[in-house]
Amino acid sequence: MGSRSSHAAKIPDVDSIRRETGFSQASLLRLYHRFRALDRTGKGYLSRLDLQQIEALAVNPLGDRIIDSFFPDGSLRLDFPGFVRVLAHFRPVDEEEDGNRDPKEPEPLNSRMNKLRFAFQLYDLDRDGKISRHEMLQVLRLMVGVQVTEEQLESIADRTVQEADEDGDGAVSFLEFTKSLEKMNIEQKMSIRILK
Amino acid sequence: MERGAKEKNHQLYKPYTNGIIAKDPTSLEEEIKEIRRSGSSKALDNTPEFELSDIFYFCRKGMETIMDDEVTKRFSAEELESWNLLSRTNYNFQYISLRLTVLWGLGVLIRYCFLLPLRVALAFTGISLLVVGTTMVGYLPNGRFKEFLSKHVHLMCYRICVRALTAIITYHDRKNRPRNGGICVANHTSPIDVIILASDGYYAMVGQVHGGLMGVIQRAMVKACPHVWFERSEVKDRHLVARRLTEHVQDKSKLPILIFPEGTCINNTSVMMFKKGSFEIGATVYPVAIKYDPQFGDAFWNSSKYGMVTYLLRMMTSWAIVCSVWYLPPMTRQAEEDAVQFANRVKSAIARQGGLVDLLWDGGLKREKVKATFKEEQQKLYSKMIVGTQEDRSRS
Repeated sequence: MGSRSSHAAKIPDVDSIRRETGFSQASLLRLYHRFRALDRTGKGYLSRLDLQQIEALAVNPLGDRIIDSFFPDGSLRLDFPGFVRVLAHFRPVDEEEDGNRDPKEPEPLNSRMNKLRFAFQLYDLDRDGKISRHEMLQVLRLMVGVQVTEEQLESIADRTVQEADEDGDGAVSFLEFTKSLEKMNIEQKMSIRILK
Repeated sequence: MERGAKEKNHQLYKPYTNGIIAKDPTSLEEEIKEIRRSGSSKALDNTPEFELSDIFYFCRKGMETIMDDEVTKRFSAEELESWNLLSRTNYNFQYISLRLTVLWGLGVLIRYCFLLPLRVALAFTGISLLVVGTTMVGYLPNGRFKEFLSKHVHLMCYRICVRALTAIITYHDRKNRPRNGGICVANHTSPIDVIILASDGYYAMVGQVHGGLMGVIQRAMVKACPHVWFERSEVKDRHLVARRLTEHVQDKSKLPILIFPEGTCINNTSVMMFKKGSFEIGATVYPVAIKYDPQFGDAFWNSSKYGMVTYLLRMMTSWAIVCSVWYLPPMTRQAEEDAVQFANRVKSAIARQGGLVDLLWDGGLKREKVKATFKEEQQKLYSKMIVGTQEDRSRS
């Protein structure tokens, strides 16, 4: 049992990562092994190519967008803290933890707000805080491929923006986004159970 | 109320009956419908529409594959659902209870102080007998008597080695055992596979010449009966390898060759691409499926993590190695197949028999096509949900 904990010492800055993401020691270790396995050439960081080589991700219609979310601000290297930070959004919400939280501390990464923010930035490519009609169209196009005509897609995009848009600026802001999803059980739908 | 209960029971990871953790397959349509249902209070009819929440499905799926995907998973040891008291299989160690810890401690004591010395002694005996025995047989003149003796020396020593590992092997369909002039192919999990197969039949081995202890054993073995050992430089030359193997199988008096076409050790949950070299030779192929029971000891050799000696030590300190061996009926290459198709056919047969996953990911070009079709399939399914098919559109 002593030998197990020394494995966690291999991870650099493990304590600060734990505090920031809230992952358990065991989950961090699992993610660290996964990070190392994805880093096939042993560089110590991940590039876009490393993630693109995951077969099952390449067949996901939103695969490229998801990969982009790991490389914010145009960076080209993904280190382990960055990797874990993104995955932390998908940590299931622990109600107990939520109740005991110190309100002065920053919101945990897997809070409802942060999960919604993550989903929002998958739509909002230019990061201007609004999903324009054009951005909506782009995401729809990714998800349907060549199966749907341009007119149909445009009408869908228009309708969606209209339904969600409250202040009439023709785009969906983050607040409008959250409002339209307020009844959704985000905590469960954007969580991966095995991450604790 | 029903909706609430269903969501609570939504299991993403469901256990297989043989105790390995695996994902629960749900279709794209079901999952997106469920996401929508939990978000809107309006009654869900089947009119096609788009919701902002649909993105969650693809997002989560993508994240799951980043965490764990089918291919990379095969190169690390299986995760068991229930712990078998070996700390090495306790992947995410958590302290559970004092009683379990005491049991574990007792297990360690038994395994290291009692079982290990016994096994090491047996292994030592087995290997030295093999070396001495085959060298002595090598001095005899070639003939029936020499063959007879060499077979029995080999067999005896392998059986001792099997005991040394406490391997409990169940052989099925022994009537299909490989015959002279054939090639035996099997899925590869560890070097122990060789010992397991060789203790039930007579084979000619194929492999690289090693230095050290392995080299001594190899040199001794080849004195008693012809095995095919390659120098390191020769291994790169595919034609040379193919020629030597062909020469061997064409000589009907020589023993069947044992080959592992995967080329590397896989963790025994799936069968990966077979290298086509052995299937080009044109001999009869006798497929064999080997499946280890992970409950008693993990036989997978992760060669990037452990060296040979560490690996053997781990093997000898497990409870036991339990495995099943199935001899499948012989196969030959049909006229219209090429070597790759033949290899895939054999691979499917082995995977099916052993209850292993037959992975599609093989070959460079084929992979591209498979990827594009998978993506299209998903896009088609999703388009149906938001736009409907041609009929729906014309109706509304």
